[in-house]
Amino acid sequence: MADATTAQAYNALVRSRVAAQASYRASFAIELGSQVLLVLIEFVEVYVVFHQVDALGGFDFAEVAVMYGLSAVGFGLADMVVGHVDRLPFYVRTGTFDAFLLRPLSALGQLVTSDFSLRRLGRIGSGVVVLVIALAGADVDWTPARALLVVVTPLAGGVIFGAVFVATCTIGFHVVEGMEFANAFTYGGNYLSSFPFNIFGTFIRRFFTFVVPAAFVAYLPTLALLGRSDPAGLPGWLSWSAVPAALIAAAAAGWIWRLGLRHYVGAGS
Amino acid sequence: MSVIAVGPAVALAGAGYRRWATYRQAALAGVFVNTVFGVIKLSILLGIADSAGGTVAGYDAASLSTYAWVSQGLIAVVMIFAWTELADRVRTGDIAVDLARPVDLQLSWLAQDIGRAAWALLSRAVVPIVFGAIFFGFYWPTDPTAIILLPVSILLAVCVSFAGRFMVNLTAFWLTEIRGLVLLYVLVAGLLGGHLVPVQLFPDWLQAAAYATPFPAMVQFPINLMTGQATGLRALGEVAVQVAWAVGLLLLGRLVLSRATRKLVVQGG
Repeated sequence: MADATTAQAYNALVRSRVAAQASYRASFAIELGSQVLLVLIEFVEVYVVFHQVDALGGFDFAEVAVMYGLSAVGFGLADMVVGHVDRLPFYVRTGTFDAFLLRPLSALGQLVTSDFSLRRLGRIGSGVVVLVIALAGADVDWTPARALLVVVTPLAGGVIFGAVFVATCTIGFHVVEGMEFANAFTYGGNYLSSFPFNIFGTFIRRFFTFVVPAAFVAYLPTLALLGRSDPAGLPGWLSWSAVPAALIAAAAAGWIWRLGLRHYVGAGS
Repeated sequence: MSVIAVGPAVALAGAGYRRWATYRQAALAGVFVNTVFGVIKLSILLGIADSAGGTVAGYDAASLSTYAWVSQGLIAVVMIFAWTELADRVRTGDIAVDLARPVDLQLSWLAQDIGRAAWALLSRAVVPIVFGAIFFGFYWPTDPTAIILLPVSILLAVCVSFAGRFMVNLTAFWLTEIRGLVLLYVLVAGLLGGHLVPVQLFPDWLQAAAYATPFPAMVQFPINLMTGQATGLRALGEVAVQVAWAVGLLLLGRLVLSRATRKLVVQGG
């Protein structure tokens, strides 16, 4: 019974966010269009790279485009559902977060449903288009397992980036003006996960594989799709491990969130 | 047409500097993020040079490093990312107060922006460049013309960037909500300005498109003086182009502003 009421409450919250966005139609259309173009403009970078060379780190245009597409869809999903948690410092400063704590819903749940950025559908849509075209051009020996991997990977990527968003937004519990730190791991993770990991130095590679698991979003699954091994020497089973990595990341983010919440003492307003 | 006197302009620039200098934590976070992105950007560029056999479009490893670190260092200085302060004042009606002040609206904001840029140069540009020079190779400019023109070119880049942002913000007089437009502008400016990849690496058609816009005058031209891509007469020529864009866009901005204020109706009192 309590669960049904909670679901209703979240349902009402999300509906109100969607209705709010639908009321400024012209602005929403421009924002949606901007999100579509965002992915395409970023993709121009990959295009420019392959205008200069035939391979980057031993991967050709289509193969890097697969990584780009997987990363764009995964990041777009996370950004739509939880990307706005980086507004936490604003809620802390204005006292809104104290109101969250008084209501009979989880604080994280309310923070996540405080917005639902439908405009990000534009980013997800153009990411899917890039991914499909890239997969058609890449040399993939299709098996049922690989087909399943292609479908599951963007979802796992969404969970991984979502976990990074939640874990890093807790910076807002500790400092007032330092939220930008989070961008190095969220947007930085997205930037780097669109490229083959073997072009990066050892420290960056390991950090973005084992601490911030961005390698599991696109690079490692692409290796599994292509049937290739990691030039930097990671074992082959890791290439199939996006889902367990996502689950571990989500659990870790939940733990970091509770740790931050325990530290929170209010803005003193 | 009222112009601004030297005294108030210097006072406003000082105020702009002090206002931004208050946020030390934010500056620290920004430096960290710019540096992480610098490592990723440089890794990709070095990957290209590696595949291309050492040099690409006249850049070797050392000058690519200079490009990556100077472009990261200039992000906050020329403010490549979103700026909506003026648009916010239009939306809230505060612009009415600004227009009633006895100083020129455009030039007083420009003075504050130059003060802000001076703080950004000290707090945000130095660290990534020093970090890059220590941990990655670095090309130091040797051409006397380029070295002498560098400070002028950075100042002009700030002026061109401000003139562009000022006009985008003025669209708020007609559109009210301009988030989507600003996002689009930031993306196009970053790409065509040569912030993601040097303009010299673009295919010919994209280079032609970029040089038809003011964006390289905001980003690529000052960087060219550091990487040795522009020396002697070419350096002088690029700075002359910056002057033309700065003057042209500021004058155009004044024209748009006079149109905008003619249609402005402020409610209440």
